[in-house]
Amino acid sequence: MGSILEWIHANQQIIYIVILMIFVGIEVIGHVPSVLHTPLMSGANAIHGVVIIGAIIVMGKAETNNYLALILGFLAVVLGTLNVVGGFVVTDRMLEMFKKKKKG
Amino acid sequence: MQLNILTLIYLIGSVTFIIGLKMLSNPATARRGNLVAAAGMGLAIIGTIFLYEDEAGQKLGNYGWIFGGLIVGGIIGTLAAKKVKMTAMPEMVSLFNGMGGACAALISIVEFDHWVHTAGWTLYPPLSGLGFDDAPDFGTGHLLIIVLGLIIGSVSFAGSVIAWGKLNGKVKDFAFKGQHIFNILLLLVIVALATYLVGWMPANSQLVFYILFALSLLYGVFFVFPIGGADMPVVISLLNSFTGVAAACGGFLYDNKVMLTGGILVGAAGTLLTILMCKAMNRSLANVLIGSFGGGAAAKGGGTKEQGSYKEITLSDAAVVMSYANKVFIVPGYGLAVAQAQHACHELEKLLESKGVDVKYAIHPVAGRMPGHMNVLLAEADVPYDKLLEMEQANDEFATTDVVLVLGANDVVNPAAKTDPSSPIYGMPILDVELAKTCIVNKRSMKPGYAGIENDLFFQPKTSMLFGDAKKVLQDLISEIKNL
Repeated sequence: MGSILEWIHANQQIIYIVILMIFVGIEVIGHVPSVLHTPLMSGANAIHGVVIIGAIIVMGKAETNNYLALILGFLAVVLGTLNVVGGFVVTDRMLEMFKKKKKG
Repeated sequence: MQLNILTLIYLIGSVTFIIGLKMLSNPATARRGNLVAAAGMGLAIIGTIFLYEDEAGQKLGNYGWIFGGLIVGGIIGTLAAKKVKMTAMPEMVSLFNGMGGACAALISIVEFDHWVHTAGWTLYPPLSGLGFDDAPDFGTGHLLIIVLGLIIGSVSFAGSVIAWGKLNGKVKDFAFKGQHIFNILLLLVIVALATYLVGWMPANSQLVFYILFALSLLYGVFFVFPIGGADMPVVISLLNSFTGVAAACGGFLYDNKVMLTGGILVGAAGTLLTILMCKAMNRSLANVLIGSFGGGAAAKGGGTKEQGSYKEITLSDAAVVMSYANKVFIVPGYGLAVAQAQHACHELEKLLESKGVDVKYAIHPVAGRMPGHMNVLLAEADVPYDKLLEMEQANDEFATTDVVLVLGANDVVNPAAKTDPSSPIYGMPILDVELAKTCIVNKRSMKPGYAGIENDLFFQPKTSMLFGDAKKVLQDLISEIKNL
């Protein structure tokens, strides 16, 4: 029991962020019309591509003789970039079509 | 100083994600919202590359590898996203989601290797409980996060790839007896192994770790396998929020606030979105995950129902009926998407309008393979936004409609959803096309729709069938109407 309390104390900042972000995430998209479900999912998909930052850190910290870290890190950077770039471009393409109809 | 700038950059990044998501949920601002989030992401990536320092003040190295990876991923990602057909977009999203999951899993593998070689062995015997007192960064909590990232990332990766395969038809539905029990057991084994690894830190921890990796991949595969293709959007949305949580694990690991906020934000929003999608189909998430549509239940439902008789309508009759109607509703479905018939559809609409017919579209929330799929397709063909009516509005207008033209939609107009409690789609809100005076249904054949069940609508006296590929039929209809 004591150790759990201690853990909470040591990580309170992060725990606060997690809890607040859960509410923000729910609140922010609470009123989305069903038309936008797919683009929103795609946009959110691109945002979790933020994992790329972890991949960059792994890659950048790897010693030059640690081939496991280098190869896996490189792969992670490639995959993460795919997630970010592909995600945003696909979302933009979907939404581009929504915009067109506005003019028309 | 540089680190302070990086903190500021991460703060800006986190805020752009929140604002971006907010703007994405409003049609007027959605596109800008996406760009705002993308800009924040770009800033965070560049900031990390040039400004990041670890605890020892060490900057990142291996720039060649980093930029190489960014360029390779960037080029492939852009090309794939630009080249993909509108109909294949759901698959693409799933695949990109899987890449994110794999990225998170790879990070965990490298970090675990690092952990084993540096702190892992020195911590023997393990710290009691969740105590962090001895080694703040390399204790139980650190390992727990690594393992969590691995499991969630792997499940998300394997699941997304299967979902991708299912959507493009490469992977067939596959279920065996007792699969749900098998899945639950598999999950329990994973949890038990993870607890063993994190709690006891056994000497063979590397072996346990890689077994966990393999089992998580396996679980991802079996998790998605039995779920019917029509439910893939819900599954992708769920896996999307999984990947968000996996990314957040990375945030914990590196005490990186932008990863943490971005990941948790997507995890929460994705979960809510999943529930909203289920609601649009009037089903619970549990029902989607355990329901195994298309499997046993559907076979039973389809077999017992006897086929009535249906009547066909000729192209010229259909053309006459439609051009002399006052009000026509078009109900698009997956058949329209497959046939790429959205342009022909818009042409027919314009032609009928020029003859004084009031033409509108009735969009079911889950028509096609993704919520909003039809809106995107029709928007591509320049169909004006105000012509697309959502289900409730359309249902109010069907009673005063002369002709409903159903284009490759099936389950979303199946009256069994209202009348037959034994039907797998019972309870799903549908478009009440039977209220209209006549109903013309275009399908390729009498084959049942995605849910694998018969549709009574086709056998009703007001309904007539117009068989053929949606695009071909529409083009023929257009030339028939022109010849009138």
